[in-house]
Amino acid sequence: MKNIVTDSIRFVLNGKEITVDDAPPTMTLLQYLRSAAHLTGTKEGCAEGDCGACTVMVGQLQNGTVQYRSINACIALLPTLDGRQIVTVEHLKTIAGGKLHPVQDAMVSCHASQCGFCTPGFVMALTNLMHNNGHATDVDIQDAIAGNLCRCTGYRPIMDAARKANAEPRVEIPSDPVVLKKLQRQKIFAYEAKGGKFFSPVSVDEMANLLAEYPDATLLAGGTDVGLWVTKFHMDLPVIIYTGNVAGLQGITEDAEGLHIGAAVSYADAFAALAKTGAGMEDLLRRLGSAHIRNAGTLGGNIANGSPIGDGMPPLIALQTRIVLRSTTGTRTLALEDYFLAYKKQDKKPGEFLENVIIPKPRTDTLFSTYKISKRFDQDISAVCAGFALDLADGKITAARLAYGGMAATPKRATAAEKSLIGKTWTQENVSAAMQAIDEDFKPLSDMRASSDYRQTVAKNLLQRFFVETTTPDAETQVYRYAE
Amino acid sequence: MPNKPVHKIDGGMGAAKAHDSAHLHVAGEAIYTDDLPEAQGCLHAYMLQSPHAHARIKSIDISGCWLPGVHAVMTAKDIPGKNEVAPVFDGDPVFAEEFVQYAGQSVLAIAAESMEIARKAAHKAVVEYEELPAILTVQDAIKAEKFVGQTYKMQSGDSAKALGSAKNRLQGVLDIGGQDHFYLEGQIAMATPQENGEMHCWSSTQHPSEVQHLIAKVLAIPDHAVTVEVRRMGGGFGGKESQASLIACVAALLARKTGRAVKCRLDRDDDMIMTGKRHGFHVTYDVGFDDDGLLQGLDMMQAADCGMSADLSNAIADRAMFHADNTYFLQDATVTSYRCFTNKVSNTAFRGFGGPQGMLVIEYIMDDIARHLGLDALTVRRRNLYDPKGSLNKRCTTHYGMTVEDCITADIFDRLEKSSDYRARLDAVAAFNAKNNILKKGIALTPVKFGISFTLTMLNQAGALVHVYKDGSVQLNHGGTEMGQGLHTKVCQVVADVFQIDFERVKITATNTSKVPNTSATAASSGSDLNGKAAEAAALTIKQRLIDFATTHFKVTTKDICFDAGHVHIGTETLTFQALVQLAYVNRISLSSTGFYATPKIFWDRDKAQGRPFFYFAYGAAVSEVIVDTLTGEYSLLRADILHDAGRSLNPAIDIGQIEGGFVQGAGWLTSEELWWNDKGVLKTHAPSTYKIPTGRDVPKDFRVTLFEGDNIEDTIYRSKAVGEPPLMLGISVFLALRDAVAAVNPQNKTLSPLMAPATPEEVLRAITALKA
Repeated sequence: MKNIVTDSIRFVLNGKEITVDDAPPTMTLLQYLRSAAHLTGTKEGCAEGDCGACTVMVGQLQNGTVQYRSINACIALLPTLDGRQIVTVEHLKTIAGGKLHPVQDAMVSCHASQCGFCTPGFVMALTNLMHNNGHATDVDIQDAIAGNLCRCTGYRPIMDAARKANAEPRVEIPSDPVVLKKLQRQKIFAYEAKGGKFFSPVSVDEMANLLAEYPDATLLAGGTDVGLWVTKFHMDLPVIIYTGNVAGLQGITEDAEGLHIGAAVSYADAFAALAKTGAGMEDLLRRLGSAHIRNAGTLGGNIANGSPIGDGMPPLIALQTRIVLRSTTGTRTLALEDYFLAYKKQDKKPGEFLENVIIPKPRTDTLFSTYKISKRFDQDISAVCAGFALDLADGKITAARLAYGGMAATPKRATAAEKSLIGKTWTQENVSAAMQAIDEDFKPLSDMRASSDYRQTVAKNLLQRFFVETTTPDAETQVYRYAE
Repeated sequence: MPNKPVHKIDGGMGAAKAHDSAHLHVAGEAIYTDDLPEAQGCLHAYMLQSPHAHARIKSIDISGCWLPGVHAVMTAKDIPGKNEVAPVFDGDPVFAEEFVQYAGQSVLAIAAESMEIARKAAHKAVVEYEELPAILTVQDAIKAEKFVGQTYKMQSGDSAKALGSAKNRLQGVLDIGGQDHFYLEGQIAMATPQENGEMHCWSSTQHPSEVQHLIAKVLAIPDHAVTVEVRRMGGGFGGKESQASLIACVAALLARKTGRAVKCRLDRDDDMIMTGKRHGFHVTYDVGFDDDGLLQGLDMMQAADCGMSADLSNAIADRAMFHADNTYFLQDATVTSYRCFTNKVSNTAFRGFGGPQGMLVIEYIMDDIARHLGLDALTVRRRNLYDPKGSLNKRCTTHYGMTVEDCITADIFDRLEKSSDYRARLDAVAAFNAKNNILKKGIALTPVKFGISFTLTMLNQAGALVHVYKDGSVQLNHGGTEMGQGLHTKVCQVVADVFQIDFERVKITATNTSKVPNTSATAASSGSDLNGKAAEAAALTIKQRLIDFATTHFKVTTKDICFDAGHVHIGTETLTFQALVQLAYVNRISLSSTGFYATPKIFWDRDKAQGRPFFYFAYGAAVSEVIVDTLTGEYSLLRADILHDAGRSLNPAIDIGQIEGGFVQGAGWLTSEELWWNDKGVLKTHAPSTYKIPTGRDVPKDFRVTLFEGDNIEDTIYRSKAVGEPPLMLGISVFLALRDAVAAVNPQNKTLSPLMAPATPEEVLRAITALKA
């Protein structure tokens, strides 16, 4: 873009201000740490944000203070760290005055490391938890380490170490808002190296203009998907436009219409807001990715990439979510479900980007629930995900929105099943009929996550679960409630 | 003068000492192979993989591979020595020659200035393939009579006759999935060429001696010209026993060719695609039993999915047969084993080494019998136990002719039944199931009896090298490798105990083929048994020299000398250990010694399938309780109680860690860990996004693990028992608890619960649907 001056990447790493100007824009933070900074304590276990061996803390200036979050360094592209503060495992002893940090000390005394390769990641995930939550419960701990895999210990001693460290006086992670403030940019940040361009606009107008100029650019939000294009598919991304610093894509507001969530709001923040709506999405939300993924990933990115298995889609469709797309020519609003046209094809014109997500408040006479089925509770991609909403009036179903992920090439509503319910009462007989109608709605694929048959059966049975839960609330229907 | 020390050292045998590297692990300061400083100009290697499960290579054109930054392109014909990295029987080439035998097999390798360049360059090669029909299942292999080893039988009594006259009889099938090791640190090696054609290699391997030997073989140089080192692995679990060799040999070959250091590191996907896994098994059985559930004849057929080569499959399949009895007296039994060839990656060692698959089937059968007869499963299990103390002493011989001398399962059952409140919980589970339609609970108590020793007798030997320095500090080397299991910590404890000095005075160094030669793999749970004894022998040799010196020097007798917590009492005098060492040095006493150990008593006649392949057995048992959703097949593990026998524990903290970790890994194998190949034989579960090992939340909140106290009846180090592999099989209780819960959907149906492994939610729902039908 004309008259945009390129600059170096600037961030604070373990208390030191760093300037980088020769790394390709697709270099990951992990690659930088291990190869350029010679900080080899942070490990690569999978390079896809699924094992947590690369967990680091990243501080961001928010309202004058530094807010820390845990992220996966393996899929965070280095230029997205511009203006941030990074803390790696090597820094903890410095912070703790030369001794082991309480988390590290507890990990040793609880025998929580065996081979030790996953250990720095656990240490960082737990340090982040202790920093942000002085009263972590067991469930908080489990949530915090859901994205960290250990193959040796069986986790029990790690849980013990977390509880022990949690009881210790908190060791403050030092942060210098003044230094960070100096690194904040008021204008667009452009970076160019090794044949790659990276733009980080700060306003939606800049964003729209950039996209008009580079219609083939890769839009990068949290990087929890695009990061894998780099580390797994080894794609070249010559031009990247980053949404993370665009002020107009941040922020969550609530009005009569419902919740408005900016496209670049992290999943973690979006979920905190969604959880408060009382729609009953918490169980699903905390199973989406891991804490580290939700800290980086965005609701907007999850929608925009058009995945058929994005866990957020079924409940959001059932709640009649609308999205706002922007370009240089203005904005348009459409129903979320209409955005998905076909496999990896969305109703998005060149130059358009997702600006806002509007989630209406469910009506008080709406029955709503959402379910996720996968091989593992934590950080797994759904075999089937469902979001169900029924509007009732005088005991009759006036509207039904039964949305599924994992059942077709896009997130999709079960229109035949919905139709079979309209005007009917919410009874076992009518539910059974709707379950039969699912066969008309879907012909799912078989793949490594589940067979077609299983998906089909579960899609039906979840409707049965929904019926039982809404009609006999005392019935036991969910195994995970017992595990915690 | 007391001959026994009165003061206690820190970290002697039996102490719950922290892992010797724990303080480094937590600080990110423990150095793994990828963390080592790279030599100047170090290159990076990448292997091009076959996209086909079975194909003929018609041509390879590498002319496009020479991108800027590429320093070597290597195919089979460029190997100076033999194109072979197999551990025992040939069949594992470094690079495919005429045929590729699995999707993922290496075809060529590139050395370049970065991994990115090497990867890009490799994909510029044009390889022309002629696709050939692939064998992808054991059933197809049996049909085509394609095997990687001879079909083998173990027999005792007359199973056909016993089955013919049995009161009750059942036939069944069990499919058992494989398992990826998913060590957190992927395969890696870094080779640095030395002068005079020699090679040094850091390798993340459980078997440095084999890597040394194979590097020598591919380079056509003697073993003495190769040094292999490993300080630690980021997990092994058997996956780095034979599988590390390919990676190390590729690094060494490219290092030789370029004259530069070369690092070969597989990323997660390449690692999971290119290296072997636990064997999947297909097992059928025919079992007879009386009305009390006592076995009356067993005929078991085990078909192992070995993949495209023998690798260690014959020994693994043997061990599956050895454990077909678990802890039960089979009497009249025939176990037949087929070692099936398939066009998949060659399967390999994985914690348990075939034992888990063998053991799972007999436990499945115990549940079959109990359900068929309407008896309590624990009662049926008790009835069938080996009974060496029994009056007639007849129920103690295995189907391979070994006498079980100490079957302690009955004691373990008694204690665990009580401590886990098993009976009351059975009733509670039944009550819950009677009340709930959608959710069902299940519970299972299963034992483990695992044979300890390499079943190839030759491998049961170990060496160690101990140096005592003038300042009284001790350096310890032995042939075992550290992969997280705490071996180095335990062996350090042994040496500290011999000299009665604090643990911190003993330093363990990287395993190095130039310090201790001709070592066996750190495998078969044997690490501390073998290396502990060898290190003890080395330390005792030096200690004896010190004692001999002291008796002469101080004119006392041996019984006047006592090593006591960093000091040595000699007659009326007391010296520090350091002072005695210093004095011995001045008087020219050797302060360095090797030590050696060979396991006694064991022998195996493979032709007759008779002998004593194991020095002793390690035991344990677990109770698991689960809850299952009959609408979706989802489940959760609610509680697990474990009582496990580690003999007289060398280090209870480390042993508990092995037990818990093994249990969870075993549970993962049988539940969420599913390997999935498409119909072309291409593995599609090759990263944690698609291959799901347990997370913290999968571990039961109520998890009670206890050591069964008791000395090993054999003379092992400190009378301890091996603990690496046996606890993995405690995870069988989770699978059988799920099977129990599945059966609860239709308690009247006498059809046996048809749950296969792994019991993913999908598989659980399939079994539920089948039972409801």
